[in-house]
Amino acid sequence: MNDTICAISTAVGIGAISILRVSGNEAIDIVDKIFDKDLTKKRSHTINYGHIIEDGKIIDEVLVSIMKSPRSFTMEDVVEINSHGGIATTNKILELLLNNGARLAEPGEFTKRAFLNGRIDLIEAESIMDLINSKTESSRKLAINGVEGKISKLIKDIVDKLIMVNANIEVNIDYPEYEDIEIVTQKEIEKISKYINKELTKLLYESENGKIIKEGINTLILGKPNVGKSSILNKLINEEKAIVTDIAGTTRDIVEGQIRINGILLNIIDTAGIRKTEDTVEKIGVEKSIKLIDESDLIILVFNNNEKLTKEDIDLLIKTKNKKRIIVINKMDLESKIDFDTFKEEKIIKISALEDVEELKKEISDIFKLDELNNKDFTYLSNSRQISLVKKAVAKAKELEKALEDDIPIDILEIDIKEICEILNEIIGESYDDKLIDTLFSNFCLGK
Amino acid sequence: MQYEVIVVGGGHAGCEAVLASANKGHKTLLITGSKDTIAMMPCNPSIGGSAKGIVVREIDALGGYMGKVADKTLLQMKLLNSSKGPAVRSLRAQGDKISYPKEMLKLLEEHKNIDIIEEMVEDLIVEKNKIKGVKLSTGKEIMCNAVILTTGTYMKANILVGDKRTVSGPKGTRPSLYLSDNLEKLGFKLLRLKTGTPPRIERNSIDFSKTKREDGDDKLYTFSFDNEPYYTVEDQEPCYLTYTTEETHKIIRDNLDKSSMYGGFYEKLGTGPRYCPSIEDKVVRFADKERHQLFLEPESKYYDDIYLQGFSTSMPYDVQDKMVHSLPGLEHAKILRYAYAIEYDAIDSRDLYPSLETKIIDSLFTAGQINGTSGYEEAAGQGLIAGINASLKLEGKEPLILKRDESYIGVLIDDLVTKGVKDPYRLLTSRAEYRLLLRHDNADLRLRKHGYEVGLINEEQYKKLITKENNINEIIEKLKNIKIKDEKNINAYDYIKRTEVSINDVKSKLFKEYNELELQQAEIMIKYEGYIKKTKKEAEKMRKLENKKIPKDINYDKIPNLASEARIKLKEVKPENFGQAIRISGVNPSDISILSIYMKRYFNEN
Repeated sequence: MNDTICAISTAVGIGAISILRVSGNEAIDIVDKIFDKDLTKKRSHTINYGHIIEDGKIIDEVLVSIMKSPRSFTMEDVVEINSHGGIATTNKILELLLNNGARLAEPGEFTKRAFLNGRIDLIEAESIMDLINSKTESSRKLAINGVEGKISKLIKDIVDKLIMVNANIEVNIDYPEYEDIEIVTQKEIEKISKYINKELTKLLYESENGKIIKEGINTLILGKPNVGKSSILNKLINEEKAIVTDIAGTTRDIVEGQIRINGILLNIIDTAGIRKTEDTVEKIGVEKSIKLIDESDLIILVFNNNEKLTKEDIDLLIKTKNKKRIIVINKMDLESKIDFDTFKEEKIIKISALEDVEELKKEISDIFKLDELNNKDFTYLSNSRQISLVKKAVAKAKELEKALEDDIPIDILEIDIKEICEILNEIIGESYDDKLIDTLFSNFCLGK
Repeated sequence: MQYEVIVVGGGHAGCEAVLASANKGHKTLLITGSKDTIAMMPCNPSIGGSAKGIVVREIDALGGYMGKVADKTLLQMKLLNSSKGPAVRSLRAQGDKISYPKEMLKLLEEHKNIDIIEEMVEDLIVEKNKIKGVKLSTGKEIMCNAVILTTGTYMKANILVGDKRTVSGPKGTRPSLYLSDNLEKLGFKLLRLKTGTPPRIERNSIDFSKTKREDGDDKLYTFSFDNEPYYTVEDQEPCYLTYTTEETHKIIRDNLDKSSMYGGFYEKLGTGPRYCPSIEDKVVRFADKERHQLFLEPESKYYDDIYLQGFSTSMPYDVQDKMVHSLPGLEHAKILRYAYAIEYDAIDSRDLYPSLETKIIDSLFTAGQINGTSGYEEAAGQGLIAGINASLKLEGKEPLILKRDESYIGVLIDDLVTKGVKDPYRLLTSRAEYRLLLRHDNADLRLRKHGYEVGLINEEQYKKLITKENNINEIIEKLKNIKIKDEKNINAYDYIKRTEVSINDVKSKLFKEYNELELQQAEIMIKYEGYIKKTKKEAEKMRKLENKKIPKDINYDKIPNLASEARIKLKEVKPENFGQAIRISGVNPSDISILSIYMKRYFNEN
């Protein structure tokens, strides 16, 4: 059977208590050796008060929970120790566990065992990873949505429908002489492929929002040097993270900060002011900025009210044309030298960042419909592996439509349908792929 | 007298096994209950059908006889699914129940390496888990080096009609009473299976005007790659179509308690086939269906029985009369032979290696219904493989194991040894995941080389194959270099991919006469190129897994973390490789990953 593994399963140093988790055949015996009461006689699912001791000396006052196999997360015997101590005490207890026969868990090993022992399916396993990493309340809600298997159900439903069609096609092939069995027509397959397209596209759309909730909106603040980007950033995150000065080019690093608007995380990136420069250190920053345009969800493009627009300003307007963006005219407290006609077609936000940025915040919230997003009960895919598989399935569904147009015989279309099934099955972990499991579990954080 | 190979049973599996072994030069004895039952068709009078027709061609490609004999004796021929894609087309012939067995018996009797005796085998002679011979019901012993059991439905056969259960083989023949008990003693697990057959009606008592006539195709076909058609379009016998009525269903419902299957007369009944339910089953399970299709098929040119396909039942005779008389056109029909169900013993096919040799007794092979299958074609395919592999074993050579991506026979045998059966197993196209590669049109291209290598395909046949292959490649290469007038930047090869274009539209530009089958083959390969590639890629993945061998001495009890169901299944099946392991139901991906981790360690340590 499995050896016994242990790990600290709470973030070290944060919070009043730390939890150490032990799982495996000898979990109870090992903890019993360092606990001052007899754990071997305790019933499953009990919490036991006592002390961790070493050579008769009390290390910590703890609560010990016992969950016996198979009624535990890993389906093995699991013991959890709630310790009150800080980092040093928690590490001491971990050391005691290791000295008494437990092995330090590999990243994701508890979840891997839960998966391998049939306790959770693949989607649940991935959701748990997200749960561990989730930063805000909304994100936690979504992670739980995944754990409860909503997506699994949705995808299983689609797969079931596809399998139904294929089964019918098979009957048509194997019993061709039976005229009264319903014959699957191209039209029917067309209907199915449209249905898949619709459902999966919807799922993808909601997943994008799910991603926003979970990972936040990557927001890039862009503008020439000295238009007030850092001031806006500082005002938004309410702390002096970026250096604010009047001399062009002082913000050399890409500074990140996070704010929360209606519960949604905004990852704000300040950039080195974009301008033509020979300074190599600053050049790196500029190149990075341009690359970041592609990767961001939102661009806040800042112009200086107090200056005439330059070629660089126009360049930025063109470069960000296809992105979700907010045009901000800053330094409204100073004299207007900017040509507002340039923005005739666009919505602009006029602010003075030194005073307040409330109008900007409201615009961000509006653009992403954050009120709605936060309250809505989404069905979503929790990570990029799943999203890319669904995208693959949608692409296959499109291939299927093309094949229909080309008048490919139905029994061959069945191959496409089967392929879609297999892709979707991969999401819910029902098809086999040697590599998948290894990569998946190595992505898990230690201790869960 | 000492034989090299003894085949027990002269059905479709037995005939192919005997011929394969004898053609490979081995002195072979066929033991049958009666010569009259050799190659008999006790159920439907047809050979081929969806998937099965492809099997017949595969048998022919490998050097078997079913297709050749069927071609000579058929009453009607159809290409099924001709309106669907090329992968699912399949030939079906109405066979002649008199001339088919006669023709086959002639082949056996004329063969210098074959002896036939009419006896019942009741036990096997085994020494140190190796077969040594067979023991007859008379007590006589015959020694040999290998035995192939093709006992069909004869082991402990019972005929069921209404509340009557009679100890008997099909058509009142002698069953084998003790062989299955003796197999059990040797360590085989037994299954009790059941199948049925419908009533036969006197031709002259049917009013065919109330039925729909179904003719054969007006194009001529042969199963065999070596034959020219023996028949003409006109001399094919028609079949007829009729339907059950509300009246029929009422009679069935009112008399359900009299059916062997529903009457509850017996505590335990064999398991019948899911795909071929009795008419009682159909009426009960599909209660909302107003009518069921029935086919009236001629059994032979030489007698008057009409086979009522779709109407198998285990009702008592008087109820059968009423049921038949409720059918349009059969109001005054005379039943010549009543329908019955038959129960028999089979072995658990997971006790077999993919060579069809048993894991329990060295040099003992089994094929056909004894392995839990149903159907003449399935039986013949296995018989051929068992015959080939028994011979190869005698010759000290590696067995011929067909892959799932190269033949339906491979799919069939892999399913048997990997998954086992619960009800009689019939081949379906859906069982073949790579069926686009397993077409009836390319069976020779897929398998003739194997036939040649094992010595059942001669030089002349092989040369013919090579010529065909070369011509197909030549056509394809030429097409790539032919420009199409009025079409810019497109060669004939890509042009053919268009729905509305056929290879015949461009064949004049090939400047050489190719035969129709070669052109057709090239066309299929071009038109479905994308899908064929896709399927080949899938097959390649599977082959990789199959190349990951699992050592025979692996101890599944020593592998930590295996789910207990998987552990039991793996111990039962003892898969030879990962490809096979994955296909075992109850073995999940997580079990495979655990097995794979264990194996890595295993190989590192050893």
